[in-house]
Amino acid sequence: MKNKIVLEAKSINKSFYNPVKVDVLKDINFNLTRGEYASIIGRSGSGKSTLLYILSTMDTDFTGELIIDGISIRGKTEKQLAAVRNEKIGFVFQFHYLLNEFTALKNVMLPGFKLDKLSEEELEHNAYEFLKDLGIEKLAHKMAYQLSGGEKQRVAIARALINDPLVIMCDEPTGNLDTKNADIVFNIFKELTEAYNKTLLVVTHDLNFAKKTGRIIELDDGKII
Amino acid sequence: MKIKHITEISGALMRARWKQTLVAIVGVTFSIAFFISLLGFMEGLNQLLDGIVLNRTPHIRLYNDILPSKKQPIDLNATYKNHHNFISSVKPTNTRKEIYNATQIINKLNKDQRVLGVSPKITAQVFYNLGNIDLNGIINGVDVDKEAELFSFNDYVVGGNLQKLKTTLNSIILGQGAANTMRAKVGDIITVTSTEGEQFSLKVVGFFKSGIAEIDKVQSYANISTTQKILGKNSNYISDIQIKLKEMSLAPTLAHEYESFFKIDAEDIQTANAQFETGSSVRSIISYAVGVTLLIVSGFGIYNILNMLIYEKMDTIAILKATGFAGTDVKKIFISISLSIGITGAITGLLFGFLLSLSIDAIPFNSPSLPTVTTYPIDYGIQYYSIAAIFALITTFLAGWFPAKKASKIDPVIIIRGK
Ligand SMILES: Nc1ncnc2c1ncn2[C@@H]1O[C@H](COP(=O)(O)OP(=O)(O)OP(=O)(O)O)[C@@H](O)[C@H]1O
Ligand SMILES: [Mg+2]
Repeated sequence: MKNKIVLEAKSINKSFYNPVKVDVLKDINFNLTRGEYASIIGRSGSGKSTLLYILSTMDTDFTGELIIDGISIRGKTEKQLAAVRNEKIGFVFQFHYLLNEFTALKNVMLPGFKLDKLSEEELEHNAYEFLKDLGIEKLAHKMAYQLSGGEKQRVAIARALINDPLVIMCDEPTGNLDTKNADIVFNIFKELTEAYNKTLLVVTHDLNFAKKTGRIIELDDGKII
Repeated sequence: MKIKHITEISGALMRARWKQTLVAIVGVTFSIAFFISLLGFMEGLNQLLDGIVLNRTPHIRLYNDILPSKKQPIDLNATYKNHHNFISSVKPTNTRKEIYNATQIINKLNKDQRVLGVSPKITAQVFYNLGNIDLNGIINGVDVDKEAELFSFNDYVVGGNLQKLKTTLNSIILGQGAANTMRAKVGDIITVTSTEGEQFSLKVVGFFKSGIAEIDKVQSYANISTTQKILGKNSNYISDIQIKLKEMSLAPTLAHEYESFFKIDAEDIQTANAQFETGSSVRSIISYAVGVTLLIVSGFGIYNILNMLIYEKMDTIAILKATGFAGTDVKKIFISISLSIGITGAITGLLFGFLLSLSIDAIPFNSPSLPTVTTYPIDYGIQYYSIAAIFALITTFLAGWFPAKKASKIDPVIIIRGK
């Protein structure tokens, strides 16, 4: 159970053409197993975000193969990919992205509406619990735009957890947090991998944070070193 | 994904931009309200104008035409069978305007399912005597009840009482124009001279006003037996049978059928009054064109507002897609926005259209030639309401479709990276 591979990247290459060809990712190969807590580090512009967009199935314009939970994403329709994202991947963006038209709680619940497995009451209960774990349950009924950067970041983390995904990908989740809150997030992630057997892939600039994770993947100029 | 959650998201988006949403709704409301009141008013006018003539005109009229016999004696002569005859100025002889077996024909027609009603009529050429002066006149002998039932006779009788025509011996309803010339009042006795030279005294029991002055100077009404007396005919004499059909458009076909069946002349309303049909339909087409244009313009309003909303809510769309919403879900969200605008606008538009019609209906409108009309005419036909509603829904759906399709194609990576 523990060593089951949940995500497999096979010789992934990605280039931008505008107007000259720039290779951003070069022959990326790695696996993530169940319960693994991995971090990606690298200089700015080394291709970390680009890799994460590919791994999260949002970007399909690459060569190579990506296998999630044993299934290749090649040839899947936009709709099927959306379903994979919804069910199996939780994503926390580099910049906290919330829907300003909704409360913090509703923001957390939205991916659950799409998945449509739990009743609205159960969903609301789960969302509230996640907010509580992140220490922001008091903000549940505030509108998203009324929250501070760090608070938004934590709501976004709760949103990534709501559908109980296999893999959680984060693009600098602690970028806007002070050390205390960064520690809270780190510990939540650690608990998720240990107690719930989730797989975590976290892009970070924070070397201290990275060192505490189980595995460090370093990117340099589009290559894993 | 539940509809409830789609509408929850679209509701939130609309609330975030409630002013623009309101403007779009008001646009639909206005176009529907104007569509309904414009068409109702136009159709009301059409019916009023057509009604002046068409209400008073039978759908089919059966009569004996005064024509020379189609088969002249020379045609019967075998010797000239293959010749052409040049006999000119052939005159009709012995023509009887009377319809044979009028009673049987009427009975037969009354049993016909397609016929709404039958009313016999005779006309008598007379002179109204006014001292030394004789005025030309025509007295129509009618069956009062049938005439009222089929040709809204009571609408055209002003002053006096229509029913008196039945109960008072030798009574007449004078055309308003003729009455004015004669200074006749209700209760007065007037004298008329028949073409045979006989004089009759008739009691005025009311006045008739058709809306067409020329007619009112000449035409008067009496009951059938009085008219038969003036003509010096017996009580079987009927010269016209007027038929009103359930379906007016059948008139030409049925006229042909009756013509051959009863061996009689028949004239249908379409042939007799072709110009009215044309006028009405042209007016209808123009008002439909204006109304539909209004609805389409409001559709463009929705299209613009949705495009703007999508442009502003790019981030929202990108996050939804990144968290697993498919393009079709995004499309549904935006189509439901446009349909909510359409439906809300349509409902309020129908209501305002009705209120606007009511207020037009209350504006005083007096025309000397239209005694029964006191306010602007409005037709409250359900068809305008349903056409407006259906058309509004179709345009809003289309106006939403294209922006929604655009929204569904947004690439989240581009938006998220662009931050
Ligand atoms: N749409 C694009 N067209 C061309 N080049 C691009 C495009 N998007 C990204 N790049 C380039 O790809 C490289 C990798 O970008 P990426 O965002 O993955 O870097 P990163 O490692 O996440 O950096 P950071 O730590 O600053 O977030 C950069 O050099 C960037 O300029
Ligand atoms: Mg980055």
